[in-house]
Amino acid sequence: MSTGELPPTSGAGGAASAPLHEPASIHGDDGGAAGADHSGEGVWRRAWRTLRRNPVAIAGFVIVAAFVIVAVLAPLIAPYGPHELPGRTDVRPTYIPGPSAEYWLGVDRYGGDVFSKLIWGARASLLVGVVSTLFGLTGGMLIGLLAGWFGRWVDFAAMRLVDLMLSVPSLLLAVSIAAVAGQSQMAVIVAIGVVQVPIFARLLRGSMLAQRGQDYVLAASALGLTRRSVTMSHVLPNSVGPVIVQATLTLATAVIEAAALSFLGLGGGEPSTAEWGRMLTAAQQELAVAPRLAILPGLCIAITALGFTLVGESLREALDPRNRTRR
Amino acid sequence: MLRLVGQRLLLLIPLLLGLSVLLFAWVRALPGGPVTAMLGERYTPEAAAAIEAEMGLDQPLIVQYGKYLLRLLQGDLGTSLRSGRPVLEEFVNRFPATIELTVVALIFAIGIGIPLGYLAARRAGTVVDHTAVVVSLVGVTVPVFFLAFILKYFFAVELGWFPTSGRMSPTMEATHPTNFYVLDGILTAEWDAAWDALVHLILPGIALGTIPLAIIARMTRAAVSEVQNADYVRTARAKGIRPARLRTEHILRNAMLPVLTTIGLQVGLLLSGAVLTETVFAFSGIGSFLAEAVFNADYPVLQGFVLLIAVTYALVNLLVDVSYGLIDPRLRRQQ
Amino acid sequence: MSDEKNTMNEQRPAAGSGAAEAGAPETGVAKTGADDVVLRIEDLAVDFRTEGGAARAVRDANLVVRRGETVAIVGESGSGKTTLAMAVLGLLASNGSVAEGHIWFQGEDLGEAGPQHLARLRGTELGLVPQDPMTNLDPVMRIGRQIDEGLIDNGLRTRRDARARTVELLDEVGLPDAGRRASQYPHEFSGGMRQRALIAMGLSGRPALLVADEPTSALDVTVQRGILDQLSDLTHELGTAVLLITHDLGLAAERADKVVVMYRGEIVEQGPARDVLRNPRHEYTRRLMASAPSLASRRIEIARKRGLDDVLDRTLLAHEDGAADRGAAPLVSVRDVSKVFRIRGQGLLGRGKDFTAVDGVSLDIPRGSTVAVVGESGSGKSTLARMILDIETPTTGTIHFDGRPAGGSTQAERIAYRRRVQPVFQDPYSSLDPMYSVFRAIEEPLRAHRFGDPEARRARVEELAEQVALGKGLLRRFPSELSGGQRQRVAIARALALKPELVVCDEAVSALDVVVQAQILRLLAGLQEELGLTYLFITHDLAVVRQIADRVLVMQNGMLVEEGTVDEVFDSPRTEYTRTLLDAIPGKDLELAL
Repeated sequence: MSTGELPPTSGAGGAASAPLHEPASIHGDDGGAAGADHSGEGVWRRAWRTLRRNPVAIAGFVIVAAFVIVAVLAPLIAPYGPHELPGRTDVRPTYIPGPSAEYWLGVDRYGGDVFSKLIWGARASLLVGVVSTLFGLTGGMLIGLLAGWFGRWVDFAAMRLVDLMLSVPSLLLAVSIAAVAGQSQMAVIVAIGVVQVPIFARLLRGSMLAQRGQDYVLAASALGLTRRSVTMSHVLPNSVGPVIVQATLTLATAVIEAAALSFLGLGGGEPSTAEWGRMLTAAQQELAVAPRLAILPGLCIAITALGFTLVGESLREALDPRNRTRR
Repeated sequence: MLRLVGQRLLLLIPLLLGLSVLLFAWVRALPGGPVTAMLGERYTPEAAAAIEAEMGLDQPLIVQYGKYLLRLLQGDLGTSLRSGRPVLEEFVNRFPATIELTVVALIFAIGIGIPLGYLAARRAGTVVDHTAVVVSLVGVTVPVFFLAFILKYFFAVELGWFPTSGRMSPTMEATHPTNFYVLDGILTAEWDAAWDALVHLILPGIALGTIPLAIIARMTRAAVSEVQNADYVRTARAKGIRPARLRTEHILRNAMLPVLTTIGLQVGLLLSGAVLTETVFAFSGIGSFLAEAVFNADYPVLQGFVLLIAVTYALVNLLVDVSYGLIDPRLRRQQ
Repeated sequence: MSDEKNTMNEQRPAAGSGAAEAGAPETGVAKTGADDVVLRIEDLAVDFRTEGGAARAVRDANLVVRRGETVAIVGESGSGKTTLAMAVLGLLASNGSVAEGHIWFQGEDLGEAGPQHLARLRGTELGLVPQDPMTNLDPVMRIGRQIDEGLIDNGLRTRRDARARTVELLDEVGLPDAGRRASQYPHEFSGGMRQRALIAMGLSGRPALLVADEPTSALDVTVQRGILDQLSDLTHELGTAVLLITHDLGLAAERADKVVVMYRGEIVEQGPARDVLRNPRHEYTRRLMASAPSLASRRIEIARKRGLDDVLDRTLLAHEDGAADRGAAPLVSVRDVSKVFRIRGQGLLGRGKDFTAVDGVSLDIPRGSTVAVVGESGSGKSTLARMILDIETPTTGTIHFDGRPAGGSTQAERIAYRRRVQPVFQDPYSSLDPMYSVFRAIEEPLRAHRFGDPEARRARVEELAEQVALGKGLLRRFPSELSGGQRQRVAIARALALKPELVVCDEAVSALDVVVQAQILRLLAGLQEELGLTYLFITHDLAVVRQIADRVLVMQNGMLVEEGTVDEVFDSPRTEYTRTLLDAIPGKDLELAL
């Protein structure tokens, strides 16, 4: 779907695209014509160029970059360590100190510095997001590839498994898996990753099937390429676009789902752990006293998810063949 | 049409069988084995022996599975470890509340999502369009329970416009023949009870409906943009038909096809979201019960609820597929 | 489908069209009263807003359509012909607008009229028959209702008697059993029937002007003629002026009183159809005339009759009859080949049905010759080609290539076979991998078959590019940056890379504009001469065949119904079906400048 920054004109089909078609000279196409400014540009490079000009994508990239920098440089930026509770002594049952020169965003119920915890939380989110997405991506690609490669009963079996996994709403599936995997951060990562597996598998398989029917694949096999090289050098490279878009969007989902699992008490660790979902959960008790304790981590989750979503959606748009102008 | 429904119902059987295998395996994969996991702190050798006997753990796996399946077919989904009541009973008692909540959320999502998406596509590039895009982006990026927090804090705690939790004010005296509180109020003509139950549904309904709203709005926008540029819409304009007719009978009707599928898929999201939203609002539906079960490691409840929720989800999507056939004649009679 | 055949067979010889009335005074010139003018376009320019600024799609357009007259606008894709017509109807895409000039319709300036007034004119005074019957009917609404709603909204009929009128209209366009058909949905109609419904729709308001945008180009050839006849009969009867948009000059000349040639947004030539044909003044028109297969076919016919060998030499792309050595063993010999596809049944227990795509076909392809297989969609011609390419396996029968069974039993044998037999597919937009540069696309077969080192491969790719007249600068481009003709050249170069003996062209030129089409055909003919290639040419267009093929085979419903040399088939077709196909070539009675 378009995210709206494209002028509506580009979508108008039919007559609109007619004048921009086929620059045939009077002598037909004599092999020379066509003055594309960016000649010799592959699909990915072209998408990159589109992205660079898209303000929505830039906003997304800025958010994602900021998030990654904060997460990576957390030890340098954060005034306190992830487990430190410097304000412990200041907290009273009826009073939680707000923002001050010492604690920029105040402290929480346990006496942790909220600012530091948010920074360390970015690190936890990045870890969960990236690892679980990689997990889902690898698993899904493997299943999708096997299904698309062997076809027949392997495909049938793989797709029934995928149907099965998709028949359980995602959060329930994640909860069930986390229950089996035990109380640890790794369990959360695995749970979120497994939930993504069927989505990636189905996406890749569908996309490969669509490519299979294209004439160029037929042409490649008619050229005498083996099945393996047709799949590896034509079908797969043309099928990964949607998968990469999905992976970007999954990074957003993973951050949100990780918070949801923490909220449900999965993932183990102390309630004072420097993790956005955990902070949000803990803040529930303090809603009337210190709403900032809920709002701040919530905003962090939302903004991070927004960043990945913006990048993913713009990428989808940039890769959409319908938006590619034929010259 | 009936044949289609019959066929789809038949297809449910392998799905349920597969799911039962997975859930059977799941219990056995629980950390520490089924007995420890099931009993947890309540562990006593007697209780362990009782469970072992019930599950037939000393028998071969295939026999164990057979027994499990047999019990499922008899409607025995196990017993909650905390309440000691049958899982099915717990589900049936609480499901009406969740249905009420989901319906309110869907009405909110569809009622705003479709008009918003439609207007965005028709007025592409205008303020409406940009608003729709922003709503659809923000909608999917805000965690459900965070939204629930915020709504609760502002509208219930700070402004006091809505109740903070529960299905009904504790002071309200009402009878509940169906357990659908709003419906009950209407049936028994206890209007104040119906109103009170409805008011309790609004904030959780909005929190739960926001993500579906965002998704429905963007799907509608995409579908309408595509349909309004379709050849047959231009041809319809060439016939000189009234703009109102063009909008409703050609553009909207065709655009609704993909949107309908999307709505069906939202039900899965709503059931996921209900777990979180109901917890925030202490709303006693299946979601909050499930959350408690997770918290208390009440695995029989988790096992049974996952199965029942998957069935619900599958049935809803069957319903969507059937209604799809009603709108699209191409699917009505495929021979 | 059978409905189509019926109407198609009862062909009126000269359906009240321009060419038939060639003796009558020029309709346009004789009557000059201003009242007679239905449409006058003055200095019209149409712009489209694009990301790169405004693009002018039509400029300085002037034309006049008089009452009852048929004016054809001819041009290639992108020439602005459809844009011009849509500007008249006020149905330009949302980013398009009239930038300059006026459109006078029945003495009224449509530019001043405002959108609401224009909407009122559409469906009453202005009608449209759109191009593609598959996409122009609302898929979820019954056919009858789609016509009713126009009648009702335009106040032509009340809700109550609209349906009766609709059935009448459907009956009028030759839709059998119109009453029942009216309550069916578009997907229950064949392409031809849909197009008839669209014609009924376009004429339902009895418009003064009907815009017919390539009304038949999406249909099978045998259906085309019947529908065009019906259209011209009806508009003639009703005195409707027609603005006919087409890419086929032959068809335009046959059907229209006046021909307007558009090229790159400009009208480069216009005049009475006969004059334009006899004496084309603009270079592009001449080019178009030389390229249109229908006209080339007609030219060959005339030249044969008059014994003008030099004209024949110029037009014919195949070598002299029998040039291919008759005595030698054929390169390909197909014996009694059938292909049965199993169509999956419905549901779990539904039983599959068999569909025989190719039914007992035998044929020989002599070395160095061009054999054309002609047929409509669903005739099995493409399946036959795929079996020869070893992409599909015959259910029964044998295919021999150079004396040995085609394809092979091991992967190595199959790969070796593929070096000798290469395809060129129809759609130049999907036959090239969008992620491969031109160089890589042409190099791929060389790499796959381990042809030399990178340097040798580069040299070979450059040589191939030159052979197909593809500029060196294009080698680093990607398919999305090429025109259709350029892409097809790449596809040909790729096919030739391994020096195959047989090239199977499956509708290889059908998707191209006529001028480009003619160039590709010439290229193929030249390459055949140069490299001694053998061609199997699959096409639905008999007119193309006449120029390039030595032998013609006609397929219908999976079976071979006619076979012979080009002249045999064209001059004395043996079956009714072939005759219908031949009749479907437009312009068969035209007088042409040679």
